[in-house]
Amino acid sequence: MKSLAELKAIKEKMQGQVGVRSNDHAGTRVVVGMATCGIAAGARPVLQVISQLVQEKNIADVSVSQTGCIGLCQYEPIVEVYNKDGEKVTYINMNEQKAREVVDRHLIRGQVATEYLVGNMNN
Amino acid sequence: MLELSLNILDIAQNSVKAGAKLIAVAVEVNTASDTLTVLINDDGCGMTHEQLEKVTDPFFTTRDTRSVGLGVPFFKDAAESTGGSFNIASAPGAGTKVSAVFGLSHIDRVPLGDMNATVEMLVFYNTHIDFLYRYKVDGAEFTLDTREIKELLEGAPIDAPEVKDFISEFLKENSMEVNKGRIF
Repeated sequence: MKSLAELKAIKEKMQGQVGVRSNDHAGTRVVVGMATCGIAAGARPVLQVISQLVQEKNIADVSVSQTGCIGLCQYEPIVEVYNKDGEKVTYINMNEQKAREVVDRHLIRGQVATEYLVGNMNN
Repeated sequence: MLELSLNILDIAQNSVKAGAKLIAVAVEVNTASDTLTVLINDDGCGMTHEQLEKVTDPFFTTRDTRSVGLGVPFFKDAAESTGGSFNIASAPGAGTKVSAVFGLSHIDRVPLGDMNATVEMLVFYNTHIDFLYRYKVDGAEFTLDTREIKELLEGAPIDAPEVKDFISEFLKENSMEVNKGRIF
């Protein structure tokens, strides 16, 4: 069995780098709907892949969180991205692949992946 | 839901919304009695007798973004369709206890799925809440208690990348040891 003992060493290592990474005042906020509708439609892997990529690729100033039902259950999984001014775009019918694209295009390169937005749902 | 672990995530979200400080989730597989038992207990605000009676009704919900609430009915149905049982007990101020027993080898039992992902999601996105997760298969079991982890971290964030990686490994290794590589 793996024990928690290793945590002490991890914590000590972390203390050496305090201040390097402070996401408390993140500029961009990514919010994934995680109510029954979102979970049933596949929101868990979407949230997982986004937070994994943000961590792996060390994308600065981005925070990832979850929320309840957004009210558009038929378009779940839904991912909302707020920029630093609080303006929001809403991505619908997300899956792991599309989430990867949104991270790459929107969070890294700053270009909204317009074809996945709620406004384009009929296209 | 495609996995029981998604039902469990969904039900535990109710505990989060109920303002719980500690949420205990247990999954127990017993091959001798051919059962898979799920327990979700919280110390949240609880429900009134009236709410409790309606909670398994799909057309009851406390939210106002939509008028249906399918989380509990889904879970209840998933258990009862395997010859199992479902129970929910709650009182205002006394938290809520949900228990579901599934027929382990019943053909309609939904696979448990990625339970570790569910626990990670709960722990990493509700850092202000403590979780006690117990996974038991026959004689073997392990627990993850975020109160112990937070004590060891002495104020360092539980959702820091290094800590997240450690917790993921902890869950992966220990659950493999408990279920000996078997998938339920």
